[in-house]
Order: sequence, then structure tokens, then C-alpha cells
Amino acid sequence: MIHFVLLVSRQGKVRLTKWYSPYTQKERSKVIRELSGVILNRGPKLCNFIEWRGYKVVYKRYASLYFCMCIDAEDNELEVLEIIHHYVEILDRYFGSVCELDLIFHFHKAYYILDELLIAGELQESSKKTVARIISAQDQMVEAAKEEAGSISYIIAQAT
Amino acid sequence: MDNMFQRSLEDLIKGFRLQLLGESSFISRALEEIRREIKATDLSTKSTALHKLSYLAAIHGVDMSWAAFHAVEVVSSSRFHHKRIGYQAITQSFHDQTSVLLLITNQLRKDLNSVNEYEVSLGLECLSRIGTHDLARDLSPEVFTLLGSSKSFVRKKATGVVLRVFDKYPDAVKVCFKRLVENLETSDPQILSAVVGVFCELASKDPSSCLPLAPEFFKILIESRNNWVLIKVLKIFAKLASVEPRLGKKVAEPICEHMKRTVAKSLVFECVRTVVSSLSDHEAAVKLAVAKIGEFLVEDDPNLKYLGLHALSIAAPKHLWAVLENKEAVVKALSDEDPNVKLEALHLLMAMDSYELCAKSDPLFCNEIIISVLSVCSRNAYEIIVDFNWYVSLLGEMTRIPNCQRGEEIEHQLIDIGMRVGDARPQLVRVSWALLIDPAMLGNLFLHPILSAASWVSGEYVEFAKNPYELVEALVQPRTDLLPPYIRAIYIHSVFKVLVFCLGSYFSAQESSSGSSSTVAFTYESILNLVNVIEIGVWPLSGAYDVEVQERAKNVLGFIGMAKQDIAKKVNLQDNEAEACRVTAFMEDVFSEELGPISANAQEKVFVPDGLELEENLGDLEEICGKFLKPVESDSVPCADKISFSVSNLRIRDQQEASSSSTSLPPKASSSLLAEHRKRHGMYYLTSEKNDPDSNGTPNDYPPANDLASEILLDPLDPKRKAKHRKSRPVVVKLDEGDESRIITSQAKTKQESVTDDESLSRAIQSALLVNKKGKEREAKGIQI
Repeated sequence: MIHFVLLVSRQGKVRLTKWYSPYTQKERSKVIRELSGVILNRGPKLCNFIEWRGYKVVYKRYASLYFCMCIDAEDNELEVLEIIHHYVEILDRYFGSVCELDLIFHFHKAYYILDELLIAGELQESSKKTVARIISAQDQMVEAAKEEAGSISYIIAQAT
Repeated sequence: MDNMFQRSLEDLIKGFRLQLLGESSFISRALEEIRREIKATDLSTKSTALHKLSYLAAIHGVDMSWAAFHAVEVVSSSRFHHKRIGYQAITQSFHDQTSVLLLITNQLRKDLNSVNEYEVSLGLECLSRIGTHDLARDLSPEVFTLLGSSKSFVRKKATGVVLRVFDKYPDAVKVCFKRLVENLETSDPQILSAVVGVFCELASKDPSSCLPLAPEFFKILIESRNNWVLIKVLKIFAKLASVEPRLGKKVAEPICEHMKRTVAKSLVFECVRTVVSSLSDHEAAVKLAVAKIGEFLVEDDPNLKYLGLHALSIAAPKHLWAVLENKEAVVKALSDEDPNVKLEALHLLMAMDSYELCAKSDPLFCNEIIISVLSVCSRNAYEIIVDFNWYVSLLGEMTRIPNCQRGEEIEHQLIDIGMRVGDARPQLVRVSWALLIDPAMLGNLFLHPILSAASWVSGEYVEFAKNPYELVEALVQPRTDLLPPYIRAIYIHSVFKVLVFCLGSYFSAQESSSGSSSTVAFTYESILNLVNVIEIGVWPLSGAYDVEVQERAKNVLGFIGMAKQDIAKKVNLQDNEAEACRVTAFMEDVFSEELGPISANAQEKVFVPDGLELEENLGDLEEICGKFLKPVESDSVPCADKISFSVSNLRIRDQQEASSSSTSLPPKASSSLLAEHRKRHGMYYLTSEKNDPDSNGTPNDYPPANDLASEILLDPLDPKRKAKHRKSRPVVVKLDEGDESRIITSQAKTKQESVTDDESLSRAIQSALLVNKKGKEREAKGIQI
């Protein structure tokens, strides 16, 4: 299973973290610091798998972001590389030529997408179209909710 | 209404990026704001505040557990928008100890029963992350219902959650398992992959329980075209086949089919891994798998190389032929630029018995492997070695390989590791003893340098030896006649060190009623026995032809003479009399200082004392010591340096005279006295400047002999050492986790430098000469180093 997902920029800034195993807040920051140190120091042509604390970490660099996923020792690393790529493609489709700024300002959307993709540390949806459909449906619901909240009748109802 | 003036998340982020104050003050200001806002009754305000808080928690690691109750409130809102934010906050921050967990049970139940599938999915997501025993127990009926839901989206998620539920509340298995199994037959690939994923995890935990389902999995294996599913099924079979061997036969065929047909590398790798780990008895499958591994190894992609090596190391124990087939690729991988690949190749070699490997292949390949392994491991001061005990035993094994010709390199590494890595010393001594006791080694010319290193190591670190007596026996055995004299000299000197150590521990054990720190206890008989053995062994050497051997043998015998008196006295004396072992204590002192690795620049750092003329033409040496000595301008030969070490160290009788005479020397008179000294000790000219090794407070400021001696002892022509000119860093601290007190010696000795690429011998000699010349130039210019 995937234990956590980490997105780090080239300068070491965290862009997204999602934890599928219990880690306390302190452990989380420690792990992030350690891993960023190791991964950011690796050269460009080296292989994408690291052995770390008995687990394996698979990482891939897209432009200025490193996508890292920590998996058990017996999981298939190539598969996880595929999952990372899958996620990036979905992000790309959703934001339209995604860049790091998109992830900075809409990080919650990145979370929602990741939630559709992985559940309990396993891949749940391998079709990009389906994920896109679900996310857009949810967005519509959110929009509808916001509209309703902003409508005059609602404000009046709240005030009284 | 206040949320019109509330800063939204976007504003927060923008502000963060533009912030002019420090990051932490910005965060604390934002936190204050959030604390105020989150207490508002208006759900929108609350949810925005929570949203901002979850951002801070996720990205900046701020603790948000205090907002747990507010998160529950937000989740209870009917607006999807709020629910989403609330659930996200909950998923992120709730853990087993959160006190408000009970409050969300109801909310979760409502959401799981909701008509809106997205609300259901939110609930399921949340449950998958924070599910506790109670939650799982209370909500398993809902999950069960959802497993049979008509909406595949929901079913899929429910399947994913099931795993967590099972984990926390095992009784749920009874309820949900049947539905789960029904889902195995679904045609929807997404659900199928989710189910298979669940079973994969279940199989890892408890393979026998999933065994009855094997036929279904088999069907999936044959029919499915979805790679994700296939990988998971293969994993399941790997686990099941280890429990039920007959499965292996059935499954081998389809797996081979897949391996041949598929293009996806991930699937191929998984097949290979399954075959190699669980189906290793099926020849055809294994052959195919090895062929595929071979393909991986020659790819350019370092990922594939790494994986190929990994698979090979799994296969290696049972299928050595697989490694032999791919031997070129493995050796190439050892020198790959990617440290992971290198490490993997190294582990591969380690997993196999190298001796076995070399016995079956040609000597050239053997040596090639040995060279690569040695160079890789020693790069950057043994950067990659974590387990030095293993590495030391590996070095020992390498010497046993029949065609090993890498004696000097192994010798150098043995000594190097002994100096740098304190923890490895016991193992080193063990390995050295094994090498020394073996009479077959003495006959092999190539192994003599290793034996000299082994004997030096055992003498230097004798305190780690389990049985010094055996060590002594190994060192004085008659077959050592086969060794060249300079190595015999080292042997004798090691015997000396062992003797001093034993005597020291014997005397200190006598003195202190509480036991001494040494692990070896000596009785009167045993120590006498030891002394006699040494005497018998060394006696014939005192008439040896070689001056070095003769000199050292005589020193040992002289010391033994004095020690015998001491032992005899000791028996008759009280415990508190410390005088008798003065000599022994003195010698112990000599050997007690730890030798550390010396940097190539150490000589430059020595201050040239006033009045010492380094650039003086040594031509007049001819007049002084004409027949004794050849001109010394050519760089020192190791042998001569070793002579000097012995002399400077072992002059017991001349000791007192030398120190007293030197302390009375005024610095300015040194040059003329130097000439006189040269006359007196012409044969030992090189050491005459360093003739008082043990008096530490000489006005001439010469460094203690051990420093120089060890510098000389280490081969100055070693190209690797000469190349170390860069930054000094405490090297071995990095190497072993959790090891603090690596090198105990003073700072000057512990300056390690990083290694650049190997230089050729000639360049090394040139640079060595350059160092000497530079020293003279600096003196001339009056620059202090």
C-alpha cells in the first residue's frame, strides 16, 4: 500500500501531503525534511527508486515539482510510477496545462482529485475520464451550493 | 455577514507569498485570525476558516487538532461545499485519540445513507482514513449495504474502505466477505481492480484464508487484459503459491504467456518477480524470467537496471547460473554512476558466495569483480558501506579466492578500515587471526602484503582479540620463514605489542582488586607460558641475516628479559607495589596512543623549527657517512622507513640518554649538533631528527614519533592518499548510523579528505616530490604553514 504522497518543489517547499498511515505531526515534519533532503540531492539521470527506512520511495520530477510516493518493500515500483503519471495527467486535464502555481492556489482541488484516485493507499480509479467526470460533478454541486448561499432569499432567511 | 470581510483561502495564500514579515509571524497572525473566525456561528465563516487552517496544517505543519469540534460542526452543514471542506479537515487531522470522534458517527451514518453519491463518497473517504474500531463496528452495516449498491462508483469506494474496516474490526469480515466475493465476478474493471486490491492486501496478511478463492483469481489471470488488475493478481498468486505449492504448476503457464505477450514493463517485472520468488522450481518459467532480466539489465534506463539487479538478487541463492549468464552486465553495473545501481550490484555479489562464483568462472573475471568491488566500496572513504563487519569478512574471503592478485589493495583497505572505523576492529582482528593461522596462506606470494596488514592489525588492536595466546602462536609459527624479511619484522613487532598488552593486563589485574578492563585473565602460569613461547619463537631470529629482523628480535628478547624479572618480582610482592611493572607500563604507554589516518598534508602542517635548514644540500652527506649510505634525495622507500620506525621506538636503554640530551639542546645549536648526530647514527640518518620519540616536550617542537612513524608506515606512495587534498570532513561519522565516537585521536590525525579519481603511480610520486620541494620553498620564503 501507499503510505504517503508528498509533493515538493525544487526549493524544498511542500506543495501537498497526504498520509495514508498514522504519523503524528512531529513525525510528519521529520519525514518530510528527511525525504526532501535525500530526493532533492539526487542527480537527473539516476533511477527513481530509493530505499528508505525499510520502505521504498518512488519519485518523479515534473518540471519543478517532485512527486513522491512511499510504498512497501514488496510493491511494484513501476506500477507506482504509472500511478504518479496518471495523477499528473489528470491534474493536467483538470487545470489545463497545470503548473506549480495552480497547485499552490488550488491545493484543495488537488487533494480532492487525489482522493478520487487513491483510497486507503491503493489505486481505485485507473480511468482518467471517470475521475474527471466525478470531479466536475462535485464542482458543480459546490457551485450550486455557493450560488444558493449567495442568493438573496438565503441571506434573508439567515438574518431572520 | 462577516464572511464578506473574511479573508478567503486565496487571500491567505497570496498574502503568504507576498509576505514581508517572517514566515512564522505571518502564520501566527493568520492563526489568530482563524481562531476568532472559527468560533462564529455562521457556517460559511467557519468553513472558510477551517479551510485556511487545513491549508496551514497540510503545507506548513501547523497543528490543527484544537479545531476538531469545529470540523464536526462544519460537516453537519447541508451544503456540499461545507461538507467537503469539513471532511477534508477531518481526514487530515483526526487520529485515534481525538475526543470528538464519537460525534461524527452519526453524521457519517447519515452521509453514508444519503442519496447523493458524492456525499456518500466523502463519507467513505473519511472512514477509510480515520476509521477506528468503534467507527468500524458501528458503520459496517452501512458499508455492507453500499457494497451492494447499484452505483458502481460507490461500490468501488466501499470496497476500498472495506479493507480498513476489516483491519480495525475483524468481525466485519463475516458480514462483508460474501459481498466482496460476489464483486469478484463483476464485469466492471474498476470494481474488479478494487476488489483484487483488497484481496492482495488480505493475502499478504493471511494467505491461507484466500486460498479457496484461487479458482476465481485464476480466471481473472487468464482473462483479464487490464494491467493493473493483473499485477495485483500476480501478487496474490505469489503469496498463495508459497502456501500451496501445487498452485505453482498451474499458474506457471499463464504467467509465461503474459511475460511473452505483454509490452508493459511493469507487468513483466511483476511476472519475473513472482516467478523468481515463488515459482523457482519451475525450470521453464525461471529460464524465461532470467532472459527477461537480462533484457532489463542492458537497458539504458537506470530504473530497469536497478529492478533487474533486484530481481537477480532474489533469484541468486537458488539459481547461480542466472548470475553467471549476466556477469558482464553485473560488473558493469558496479561502476555505474547511479549509487543505487551500484549498491544493488554490490548486494547481489554479497548475497552470493563469491568464492563459489569465482570457482566456476575464469580468473580474469574474478579479479575484475574484486577490483570493482574494492574500488567501489572504498570510494569516498567507504561511503556506501554500512555494515563494516560484513565488509571486513568479505575482504578476508577475497584473499581466499584462488586467483586473487589484489594483495596490496586489500592490505591497504584492511589497515585503513582499522584506523578509521573503531567498531570494525574486533571483526578485523578475528579475520586477521584466521588469515594468520592458516599455513597455506604463507606459501602464496600474492598474499604476503595481506598477511603483513593482518599482523599489523592484530598487533595494533590486540585489545579486541579474544585469545591473544593464539594470536601469538600464529605469529611465531615456524612456517613464517617463508615470508620476506620486512614482513617478518612486522610480525615480530606485532608479537611485541601483544606481549606488552598481555603483560599490562596481567599486572593491572594483579594490582587492582576490581577487575581490569581487559577481557582476558592471565594467571602466573599462563603469562609465563606466553613469554616462553615468544622467546622460543623469536630466539632463532636474533641471528637472522636481515638487520631489521635481527634488530627487532633482539629488542623483543631484551624486553622479555626485563619482563621476566618483573613477573618473578611480582609474585613475591604485595599488590600495591607498582614499581615492578614500570617498564611494562612504560611500553604500554608507547603503544597506547591510537594511530589514526594521516592526511597527505600533515607534513606541511608541521612547523619548521628555527634553525632547521631543510634546503641544505645534502651533498655533504657523502663526506659524513660515505660508505654507509647511498644518497637520499630519491624519495624514501617503504622498507627504510619501517626501519626508522622500529629504531625510534624500541630503544629502551638509549631512551633516557636521548631524551635528556635533547632537552638540554638550545634550538640554535641544532644544525651543528645535527651534523654530529648524523655522524653518530649514520646508518639511521633518516631518523636522527626524530630520535626522541617519547619525550613530548621537546623545545624543537617535533611532533611525537607516533605521528611521523605512522605517516611513514602508511605507504606514502599510495596514489589514493595523495589525491586527498580537498575539504576535511569527519568521514566515518556518516557511515554507520548511530555511531558517535568513531575516531578518538586528536584533530590533526582525523582530517579525512575526499577521494578524487585514482591517479597513476607516477603522478603520485611526482606530487610527493613536489610536497617536499614546497616545504623547502616555504621555509625559504619564511612563510609559516
